[in-house]
Amino acid sequence: MKRFARLRSVAVSLLVPVVALVLWWVLSADNSSPFYPSLETILTNFRETWLFERAGSDVVPSLTRLALGYLLAVAVGIPLGALLGRVRVVHLALQPAIQFARSIPATGLVPVSIVLLGIGDTPKIVLIAFVCVFPILLNTVDGVRGVERGLEDVGQTFRLTRRQRIFAIHLPSAAPQIFAGMRLSLSIAFIMMIVTEMMGATSGLGFVTLTAQQSFQIPLMWSGMILLGVLGALLNALFVLVERRVLRWHYLSTGRMR
Amino acid sequence: MTKLVVNQLAKTYGDPAKGGVEAIREISFDVREGEFVCIVGPSGGGKTTLLRCLCALHGRSGGRIELDGRDVTQPPPEIAAVFQDYSRSLMPWYSVRRNIELPLKNTIADKKERSERVEWSLREVGLGGLGDRYPWQLSGGMQQRVAIARAIAYRPEILIMDEPFASVDAQTRAGLEDLTLAVRDDVGAAVLLVTHDIDEAVYLADRVVVLSSRPATVMEIVDIDLPRPRDQIKTKGLPRFAEYRTHVLELIRATSQPEPVSEAQQAVAATLHGN
Repeated sequence: MKRFARLRSVAVSLLVPVVALVLWWVLSADNSSPFYPSLETILTNFRETWLFERAGSDVVPSLTRLALGYLLAVAVGIPLGALLGRVRVVHLALQPAIQFARSIPATGLVPVSIVLLGIGDTPKIVLIAFVCVFPILLNTVDGVRGVERGLEDVGQTFRLTRRQRIFAIHLPSAAPQIFAGMRLSLSIAFIMMIVTEMMGATSGLGFVTLTAQQSFQIPLMWSGMILLGVLGALLNALFVLVERRVLRWHYLSTGRMR
Repeated sequence: MTKLVVNQLAKTYGDPAKGGVEAIREISFDVREGEFVCIVGPSGGGKTTLLRCLCALHGRSGGRIELDGRDVTQPPPEIAAVFQDYSRSLMPWYSVRRNIELPLKNTIADKKERSERVEWSLREVGLGGLGDRYPWQLSGGMQQRVAIARAIAYRPEILIMDEPFASVDAQTRAGLEDLTLAVRDDVGAAVLLVTHDIDEAVYLADRVVVLSSRPATVMEIVDIDLPRPRDQIKTKGLPRFAEYRTHVLELIRATSQPEPVSEAQQAVAATLHGN
C-alpha cells in the first residue's frame, strides 16, 4: 500500500515534465523558424556537442572553476563567520566593510575582476568565491550567535576548551543555518560561473552559449540551456544528499525526516 | 568537613540606582562533604541566580563563595551540574555516549579508561547499552538520566542540580529522585539541589535551605532528621516527614505574595455562596 502511494506520487511529479517535453517535441517538430529549432534538432545537437566533444574542453573547466570558487567561499565564510559571530570587536571592525561589499551587484564586478586579475581562471574563481562568501558568512554569524543558553552553560560548567566549544557546540548548533547559506550560495555560484564566462573567457558553458548565439548556431545555444538546467538540478540534488547526511540529527530530532 | 561555604552572597542585575533587580541578598549557608542540601523557595525567587553564581556562570555583586577554602571565580573542576531543561543541555548531534564523553576528554587522557567511565555512568543511571542512541530518541526522564550520567562521570565533589525533575511527569519524577539518592550513595559527592517542590526537598535532603521571595534571603536552614535509606512510601508516611513538610510550607507561605484575586474570581465565589 505504502509502495503504491510512493509510486503514485512519483507518477504525479513526472506528469508535468513529460507532458511539457511531449508538447515541445510535437509542436516544434516541423518548425521552419531558425530561432526555434525542433526539440529533435536540439537533442541531436546536445548529443553531438556535449556528449562528449565539449565535455572536456568546456564543461569540465566550468565545473572546476565553480567547485574551486564555491569551496573557497565555504572555507573562508564559515571560519570568518564564526569569528565575527563570537568576537564582538571583530564584528564591529568588519561589519561596515562587509555590508558595503555585499551590496555591490555581483555582475557589476566582472569587468573589475578582469582589470585586476586578467582573463584566466583566477578572476573567475575569485569572483565566484567573493560573491558566494556572503550568504555563508552571514548565516554562520547568525547561527553561532543563536546557540542555546543551556549548551553554553554546559560548556562553561564542564570547563570545555575554546576549541571544544567551537567544534562541539557552536558550529554543530549553527550547522542548519550554515547549510541554508551554502545552499543559497550554490545557486549563486552557478549563476556566477556562467556570467564570468561571458566576458573575457575562451572556454566554458557561458562562453559557448554566448558564442553560439552570436554566430547563429541556435541549436547549440538551446542545447546549452538544457545542459545548464540538467547540471543545476544535479548540483542541487548532490547538495541535498550531503545536507541530509550531515544534518541527519537535525531532521530526525525536529521530526522532519523519517 | 565543610566543602562549600557561601557567605553573604548577593547579586543584583543591572544598576540598582536605575531600577536594577536585586535577585539575592546576603545569602549564607554551607555544604559539608557528601551532604545532600536542598534549596527551596517561591518560584521566581532567585534560586536559579544562586546556582548560577555557585557555578560561576555569572559574576556576583557581593559576598564570597569558598570551595575547600578557595574563592570560586571560575567554574571549578569539582562541580558538575544538571540543568532543568534536559532538551537544551544535551547535544542532539552527539550520541548519548559522546555527550557524556566530551567533558571527560580533558580529565581522562586514556581512551580506554574514558570509555569505561562512560559505560559505568550509563549503568549507574540504568541506561546501560543505550550509549549509541541519540538524546532525541529517548524519553524526557531518560534524557535527564543522561544528564545525570554526564555529571557523575565527571566525578564531581559537588553535584549541582537546578530543578532537575521539573519537566517530567510525577511517576518519572519519583524514580529520578530515588535514582539521585542511590547515585549519591555510590559516588559520595555532595548534592546541592534546587527545587520548588517542598515534598521533594524534605524527602531528599539532609538539610533544607528555605529562601524568601525576591530578593532572596535565607529564612531558615532546617535539619532533616529522617532515617536513610529513604523510601517513597515509608519515609513520606512518617509523622516527622509531615512535620518538616508543614514547617517548610509555612515558611514559604509566609514569604509568598498572596495571588491577587480578580473580579471574575470574586464573582464566581459570590455565585457559589449563593449571594
